[in-house]
Amino acid sequence: MSKAYLGIDVGSISTKGVVLDENNHIKASTYLWTEGDPLYAVKRLLSALKAQLDSSQDKIVAVGTTGSARKLIGAMTGAAVIKNEITAHAIGAMSVHPDVRTIIEIGGQDSKIILIENGIVIDYAMNTLCAAGTGAFLSSQAQRLHINIEDFGEIALHSTKPTPIAARCTVFAESDLVHKAQIGHKKEDIVAGLCKAVVTNYLNNVGKGKKIISPVIFQGGVSKNVGVIKAFEEILGMPVTVDTNSHLTGALGVAILAKKSKVENDFCFDMTDIEFKTMGYECKKCSNNCEIICIYRENEIIDAWGNKCENGAIRKSYKN
Amino acid sequence: MKKLKASFPHLGSYHAPLEVFFTAGFGVDYIVPPPITKRTLEIGSRYSPDYVCAPFKYHLGNFIETIEAGANTLVQSSGVCRLGYYGELHEQILQDLGYKVHFVNLAKYKAPKPINFYNGFKEIKPDMSLTKIAQIFPVVLKMFEHIDEVEDFIRQNVGFESTIGSFDKVHADFLSDLRMIRKKKELNNTYRNYMKRFKEISVKKPNNPLRVGIIGEYYTIMEPFSNHYIEKELAQMGIIVDRWLNVSNTLLHYPKKEMKKHIEDYVKYPMGATSIPTIDRALDYAKKGYDGIIHVKSFGCTPEIDTIPVLQNISNDYKIPILYFSFDTQTSETGFTTRLEAFYDMIVMRKEAKK
Repeated sequence: MSKAYLGIDVGSISTKGVVLDENNHIKASTYLWTEGDPLYAVKRLLSALKAQLDSSQDKIVAVGTTGSARKLIGAMTGAAVIKNEITAHAIGAMSVHPDVRTIIEIGGQDSKIILIENGIVIDYAMNTLCAAGTGAFLSSQAQRLHINIEDFGEIALHSTKPTPIAARCTVFAESDLVHKAQIGHKKEDIVAGLCKAVVTNYLNNVGKGKKIISPVIFQGGVSKNVGVIKAFEEILGMPVTVDTNSHLTGALGVAILAKKSKVENDFCFDMTDIEFKTMGYECKKCSNNCEIICIYRENEIIDAWGNKCENGAIRKSYKN
Repeated sequence: MKKLKASFPHLGSYHAPLEVFFTAGFGVDYIVPPPITKRTLEIGSRYSPDYVCAPFKYHLGNFIETIEAGANTLVQSSGVCRLGYYGELHEQILQDLGYKVHFVNLAKYKAPKPINFYNGFKEIKPDMSLTKIAQIFPVVLKMFEHIDEVEDFIRQNVGFESTIGSFDKVHADFLSDLRMIRKKKELNNTYRNYMKRFKEISVKKPNNPLRVGIIGEYYTIMEPFSNHYIEKELAQMGIIVDRWLNVSNTLLHYPKKEMKKHIEDYVKYPMGATSIPTIDRALDYAKKGYDGIIHVKSFGCTPEIDTIPVLQNISNDYKIPILYFSFDTQTSETGFTTRLEAFYDMIVMRKEAKK
């Protein structure tokens, strides 16, 4: 029996899982859609991972969670480490490319830039109120153009004259796209234009004021889009590396952190039949009216959060 | 005539000196505005123009809450940015909503000349006694200063208290005792006693703790609800927090000339509102080798947006990380905590690498 470490990255659009052995080699990995239900997505993720492992060989001893549902999934899986996705991505990327200086990460709803010097994060930025230039934007435009998001990048590569598309905001980009299509621009030119718009938007917002130094690593779901990779390389004027596992970096990073934590717990894959549910209510104990979320496992409360002060604290032993 | 019940929108912990000023100076009742909550923001947003800066919405919501609490005379301050237009629009909106209140817009009386103050005050209460106001005014100013001194001390220590909540408890007692004070001597005694109590609270500070400076826009930086209690979050991570921007520093001890001189390599012209202290403090924290700086503003605050390129230059020149937050009316914590936790991880890693 050898020890293994599980990293789970639950994003707004996709859920990623990685199982590592003691030498940080990936033993199993899965990528699936979150579909707005992180608890169910993780159940499916766990069954998919279990099928790839030999249960007599590998034993999961620590779990790490990251992504926007990290806290919820951390409670569900009894995680040793619950880490924000910025740190997780940096750790994951550095484990594969120790000399990396710039990490470009574009996911479903957010995008970030992480600057690294001598193996430590020296600066980072994340998109703020707007989802322009992220995966969600590209996939909604792919739908409008009736093409598969998986083919998007390939189609863009066929273009010789990318259509200029306003990149400031999704609403502007969308109306620009519609007008350009209606006056007869070719589909591949529009698709290439969109890829370029994502890159310009990223560099003008998230990358604003940040010095991009080579080697540059591109990761997150959008890094699978060859059209966007090409646009990045053209505009930056430097090579951009995309790893085969570039969509799994967050899960990889948090699995490494779980291993480093040295906290070991029993873990069981069979969560499919266990009922997890969440319940939200408004705490009325003071004027703040915090929204408290309680997590139940088989009707037993396992965690709760959302309270701003001690008045709203819920003890785990308290049963509803 | 109906009894005057005045109020001014809530800002941080300053309701005590305002209450003393109105009750002892004008001889009117003062309605302490209800604390800022989600409800304040909800009603404020409902009746505000969508694109106005968030402090406008907080103020409007809080005005309505103070009216519900019995206020009939509302006071709005003047300001050097969009704040200068707040009063006029607030008055109009409240009127359109059918609230019958006396609205005193101090922005009408412009620059801080004594005669203008006098005219503004007269509008609050025409038969006010100048002697009473002259007597209480220095006490009120001193009270602002003491509140700021106390809170500076708290920011330096609260992250290291042995029993969680010790500072908050003494702080609440301090603010509630201030409300009874009318004389400078009483104020001095109270302040001295409480400083002693604060210093007696047991704290366990490590040798070389993390230090972060907070800079940014006037309202969002001072009203904890509007910045998701950022100072508290930082303290809980074991960080010393420094903030220069407060009422007494901007009103009484504003070294504008020195600040302009200090930042002349970075900016030639002032960009309005709090832009000078924002840049000046950032440069100072950078020079002193702080572990990081956090810039806080409401979404769409033009003067603070203008400071960002300058802050990026400072960040590059001094190799100090700066985290930028723009707060609007969203109350979800996820995006906020993700960025703050990543910032914490980063400054910890940087500090360890420096060793």
